[in-house]
Amino acid sequence: MNLKHVTGLLCAAAMSLAFASGAQAQDKVVKIGVIMPMSGGTASIGAHAKAALDVATDIINNAHPELGSFPLAKNAGLAGLGGAKVEVVIADNQGNPATGQNQALRLITEEKVAAVFGAYQSGITLTSSAIAEKYGVPYLNSESVAANLTERGFKWFFRTTPIATDFAKIYVDFLADIKAQGARTDSVALVHDNTEYGTSVANTIAGAFKEKGQPIALDVAYPVNATDVQGQVLQLKDKKPDVVIMISYTSDAILFAKTMQSLDYKPAVLLADDAGYSDPSFTKAVGKISQGVFNRSSWVVGPSGSPSAIIAGMYKKKSGEDMDDTVARQMQGFFVLAEAIDRAGSTDPAKIQAALKATDLKPDQLMIGYKGVKFDDKGQNILASGAIIQLQDGENYVAVWPKANAEKAPVLPYRGW
Amino acid sequence: MSFVLVQVIVGGLLLGAVYALFSSGLTLVWGMMNIVNFAHGDLVMLGMYVAYVVYTLMGGGPILGAPLATLVLATVGVVVYFALIRDIMKGPMLAQILGTFGLALLLRYSVFWWFGANFLSMPPNIVGGTYAFAGLRVEASRLLAGVVALLVTFGLHLLLTRTSLGSKMLAVAEDATAAQLMGIRPDTMQAIAWAIAAGATGLAGALIANFFYIVPTVGETLGIVAFVTVSLGGFGSVPGALVAGLLIGVIESLSGYLIGAVYKDIVVYLLFLFFLWFRPQGLMGKS
Repeated sequence: MNLKHVTGLLCAAAMSLAFASGAQAQDKVVKIGVIMPMSGGTASIGAHAKAALDVATDIINNAHPELGSFPLAKNAGLAGLGGAKVEVVIADNQGNPATGQNQALRLITEEKVAAVFGAYQSGITLTSSAIAEKYGVPYLNSESVAANLTERGFKWFFRTTPIATDFAKIYVDFLADIKAQGARTDSVALVHDNTEYGTSVANTIAGAFKEKGQPIALDVAYPVNATDVQGQVLQLKDKKPDVVIMISYTSDAILFAKTMQSLDYKPAVLLADDAGYSDPSFTKAVGKISQGVFNRSSWVVGPSGSPSAIIAGMYKKKSGEDMDDTVARQMQGFFVLAEAIDRAGSTDPAKIQAALKATDLKPDQLMIGYKGVKFDDKGQNILASGAIIQLQDGENYVAVWPKANAEKAPVLPYRGW
Repeated sequence: MSFVLVQVIVGGLLLGAVYALFSSGLTLVWGMMNIVNFAHGDLVMLGMYVAYVVYTLMGGGPILGAPLATLVLATVGVVVYFALIRDIMKGPMLAQILGTFGLALLLRYSVFWWFGANFLSMPPNIVGGTYAFAGLRVEASRLLAGVVALLVTFGLHLLLTRTSLGSKMLAVAEDATAAQLMGIRPDTMQAIAWAIAAGATGLAGALIANFFYIVPTVGETLGIVAFVTVSLGGFGSVPGALVAGLLIGVIESLSGYLIGAVYKDIVVYLLFLFFLWFRPQGLMGKS
C-alpha cells in the first residue's frame, strides 16, 4: 500500500465519520450512561444486564402496543421529548471501585450522558455515584443494597431496589414464621464476603436480629473470589447453627455449594441473600446440589399476556436465560429513569432530578413486585418490597413467603443434593 | 487436637498439591528462559474449558478430558512460543510483561466471546464422589488432583535432572550461545519447554475443573496463587513449587479455620515477605 492509498482511505474514513455524525444530529437521542461489570469475576451479571437493557430500549424506542398501558411502551421513543430515542452507553467497571469512578467521570464529561445508571456492586455504586453528585448529574441505582448508599445526603442519587434494612426485616419475620411452624431457627450464622456489599448487609442483618433479642451466633467472613472455602464450611459444621444466611457473589456461592456437598454439611435452613444465588448460572452449575435453598426476590412472573410475562419472554429470546431477580430489578430501575426523563421533557439534569423526585408509579405500572416507586428525601424508593423464594427442585425458584403471594409452601429442612 | 483440625489439615494438603500442580508450569518457564508468564492463570483456565468441552461433546470424566487438555495446551504452548515468546525474549523486561499480559487478555476474552460470561461447572461426582475414612472426608476429584500433582512434580524433576533432554534444556537455560556451539538448538529446546509447561498447566486446569467453577476470569483468581507459590518455592525450582504449594495450602486452611478467612491472606503474605527478606531466592531456588 503506497501513500496515495493511505491518504485515500483516510479521506474516506473522515468522510464516513462526518456523515455518521451528521445523521446522528438529526435524530434526537438521549444518552444514558450505564456502569456495569462487563469483565472480571461478576461479568455474567453485566452480560445479563446488557441483554436486559437492549430489551428495555427496544420497548422504549419502538411501539409495543401488546404491553398495554405499561409506561413508555405504546409509542416509539420518549413522547415528552418529541419521540427522542434512548441510547445506552455501557462502561465496564471491571469489578473495581476505582475503575467505576473513572468510568462515571468519562461518561459524564466525555459522553455527556443525561443520567447515569449502575453499578451493580455496592462498593462501585458508592464511588461512581460520588462523581455524579459532584457534577450534578442524576444517578439511578436499581440493585445495590448496602444501606449507607442513601445515607450520604446526596441530592442526585436515587435507588429503586429494596435495601438491606428492608430484607433484614423480611428474614427476621420469615424465620419467626417458620419457627411457629416447628422449625428450629434459634441460632443464626452469617456467611459473607469482605466487600462493601457483604460487610454492610451482614451488619444490617446482624443488627435486625439483635433488636429481636436473638444475636447472631457465628459470623464467618471470607475474602471475595476465594480459591477455597473448606475452612469456613468446617467452622459452620463445628458450631452447628440452625440457620445459615449466605451473602455471596456467584463465584463464591458456587464454591460454597460444592464444598458443602464434599464435606457433607447441611444446615436445617439455608437462606441466601440474592446476589450469586439469583444468578442463573448458579442454578445451572450447582442448583441440583442446592435444593431447598431459600432466597429473596422481588421478581414474580405474572400470568401469560401480562407485561411482566411478555417482557420476560423478550428477555429470554434475547439472552437465552430466564429472567432472574437481579436483572428484573435492573430493568425496572431503567424504566423508572426513562419514565422520569420522559416526564421531564428535557435532558437538563435539574429537570430530570425534579422529575425523579416527583416519581409516583403504581404497582400496575411496574414489571416487578414492588408496591410502587416513590422516593423519599434521601432518594430511596419507599415502596420497594420483596418476598422469599425457594429452589425446591434444584432448577427453578418458587415463591413461598409471604403466604399471600406464595405458589408453594416452604419445604424444610434444607435438602442439598 | 480436634478431629476437625485433622480435616482442615488434610484439606489444606490437597489444596496445596493443586496449587503446586498449576504452579509447576510457571516455574518451569521461568527456569528455562527467565520469562515471567502473566498468561499462566489463563492457560489454567483454557485447560478447564478444554476439559469442559470434552465432557459436553463426548461425555466421560478426567480420563478423556485430562490427556486431551494436556495435548491441546502443549500445542498452544508451542504456538505461543514461536508466535510471541521467541521474539519478546530478546526484548526488555517490559516487553515480556506486556507481551504475556496481552496474551492473558487475548485468551481470557476469546473464551469470554465464545462461551459467554456465565459460570459453568462439571457435574458433581464426575470423578467418583467423596471417600469417608472414619469421619474424615476426602473428595475423589481433589485426591486425584493431589496424586497427579505429586506425579507431575516428580516426573518434571526427573526429566530435568536425569534425562539428556533435561540436560539440554538446562544447558540452554544456562547459556544459549554455548549450548548452540555444542550442537543444541535453543529454539527447539525452549519450544519443548513451553510445550511441557503449558501441557502441565492444561492438565492442572482439567483436574481443577472437576471441583472448581469454570469461568473466563478464573485465571485471575488462580494466577495470583501461582505467583506466590512460585516465588515462595524459588523461581525455577519444580520441587520448590511443590513444597511451597503444600505449605501455602495448609497455612491457608489452618488460618482460615482458626482465625478467620479474611485474615488468611495476611498470614500467607507475611510469610511471603518474611521469605523475601531472609531468603530472596525462595525455599529451593538457587541464589
